[in-house]
Amino acid sequence: MTKEVMTANKAVAEAARLVKPKVIPVFPITPQTSISEYLAQYVADGDIDAKYVKVESEHSAISAAVGASGAGVRVFTATSSQGLMLMHEIIFAAAGMRVPIVMANANRAISAPLSIWNDQQDSIAQRDAGWLQTYVEDAQDALDSTLMAYKISENDDVLLPSMVCLDGFILTHTVEPVDIPNQEDVNKFLPSYNPKHSFLDPKEPMTLGALADPGYYFEARHAIEIGMEKSIDVIKKTCKEFEEIFGRKYDLVENYKCDDAEIVLVAMGSVCSTIKAVIDELREEGEKIGLLKIRVYRPFPVDEINDAIKNCKKLSILDKNITFGIGGALYSDIKAKINKETYGFIIGLGGRDITPDTIKEVYEKTKNPEKDVTWVGLKKEDD
Amino acid sequence: MKLPEEELLSSGHRGCAGCGASIGVRLALKALGRNTVAISATGCLEVMTTPYPETSWEIPWIHVAFENAGAVASGVESALRIQGKDDVNVVAFGGDGGTVDIGLQSLSGAMERGHNLIYICYDNEAYMNTGIQRSGATPFGASTTTSPQGKNSFGEDQHKKDMPMIMAAHGIPYVATASISYPQDFMKKVKKAAEIDGPAYIHLNQPCTTGWGYDSSKTIELGKLAVETGAWILYEIENGEFNLTHNLRKRKPVTDYLGAQKRFKHLQDKEKEEIQKYIDAQCAKVGIE
Repeated sequence: MTKEVMTANKAVAEAARLVKPKVIPVFPITPQTSISEYLAQYVADGDIDAKYVKVESEHSAISAAVGASGAGVRVFTATSSQGLMLMHEIIFAAAGMRVPIVMANANRAISAPLSIWNDQQDSIAQRDAGWLQTYVEDAQDALDSTLMAYKISENDDVLLPSMVCLDGFILTHTVEPVDIPNQEDVNKFLPSYNPKHSFLDPKEPMTLGALADPGYYFEARHAIEIGMEKSIDVIKKTCKEFEEIFGRKYDLVENYKCDDAEIVLVAMGSVCSTIKAVIDELREEGEKIGLLKIRVYRPFPVDEINDAIKNCKKLSILDKNITFGIGGALYSDIKAKINKETYGFIIGLGGRDITPDTIKEVYEKTKNPEKDVTWVGLKKEDD
Repeated sequence: MKLPEEELLSSGHRGCAGCGASIGVRLALKALGRNTVAISATGCLEVMTTPYPETSWEIPWIHVAFENAGAVASGVESALRIQGKDDVNVVAFGGDGGTVDIGLQSLSGAMERGHNLIYICYDNEAYMNTGIQRSGATPFGASTTTSPQGKNSFGEDQHKKDMPMIMAAHGIPYVATASISYPQDFMKKVKKAAEIDGPAYIHLNQPCTTGWGYDSSKTIELGKLAVETGAWILYEIENGEFNLTHNLRKRKPVTDYLGAQKRFKHLQDKEKEEIQKYIDAQCAKVGIE
């Protein structure tokens, strides 16, 4: 193991190098671009024995990924924002065809207006596609989650693609110290990919991507639901195995001082670091506040959420996305599944700064609620 | 040339009686043999051959969407080659909609990147799968449900997009046109495409009994008429060198071809003359009298 200072994009590229993908179809887009550049260089230098497919769009990137995965090899790709929107159709097809692709998504706002800055609307808009989604907090998490994503997606009980979501610029372009695992440990954790069926093998001909009439489609969709449900245990098991080999602990959620908290903030991604700092400060002032970090958003970890928040009085949900007319997506999921007094807060869209004061405002507005859903950080009329 | 008896696209599929697409795929697979992986764009072919849990494909086959057969084939080809499976043929089938319209970008990317694969456009000159809507490959004057003839319309008002020449402009090693009515010529071209290292594109004219409006027993006859009138020209471009592959001594008048199909039945002499003039010009360009 070596420690290096790097961006989360580099950390993701390092993970992609360590899992030894055979095909990498990728199209550059801000702020994902350096991932596609690092991988091109690794292939050019012979550090990865892979075919780097210089596709002409994100739609073709994910399409080539499905084709390559269907032909029985490990595949990696990465995108962001508009690119993910362009992939949308094939994102659903990839899940339906049960190909265990792993893709990094550098979270960025969606046009219009055009924005290259961070929020999580892009991947949130894919939440119903049948992909597993992990939202990482830092560069180390980005590397580790990418490694784990392969083991989870390739599990026969799951066979669903994974999206590793990292906040654009906040993580993708910020350098942090990262432990890079050595190849032997990664090989032990994630052996080379031997799919049960190499579908596109002339010696074992199979039809992949057939038409299903109403007599079969329903069951095919239900099978995805079963895979999603089973993935919860597979994720837990994978986190445990990961900890045994690499010593870093992960779970579906992270409980940060929730057990005696009266108000628990719920959030995903890099903002959790800011929230933790605010919690430490407010705790010193005697405030009973905690954070529940949703690390894995799909599958949605209902039992783990319930367990972590059982003692608190109120929940405040922080969303970097908006489902217009409802509130945030995480807010609406929690309202649907968790029986607790809950308030929703829309923050940070299109890269609007989220400062400790933003978090304190959320906390105050949860203590003294005025409405169910509040946008925090909007400019005042005279600003 | 003796045709192999083995069928790699089984009978019993949902194609119409007299379907030209299935004839084309059967011939292509006879030329390529079992050591082949096929990719299909969404369209007639995909829908009629793979109603789950049945499949007509005796070889491995994948379909993902309408507009991405070129990209899916790129991924398949990359995965096979990196595993050292250099001898496996990779062939993609797209209809004219999936090729000249919605799939043009992904196909262009695949051709430009130099993948060792064959792309066959089975061209029935409209979106037949969804019930005869015009495509960029619909010929001038054809009445379709979205280019219908009417009081103010004689049908499709644009000539067919010249897709093989667009492919040739990519500088790929092999481009050919073919017809299901000339099976030996078509199969020879498929074999050549398989032997060449790099991307190959074959544009296959295939009459459609439903969309063109003729008796299902006349499919081969219609394909022949297209060639004999010069409405469809058979050629190949090998490493940049253009060659006609069917020696057309005396062209039949295009009215022989138009009159045999319902889609052109409404045309007046004025449009028929324009079509004849257009075909004359196209033929003159390649040295056909």
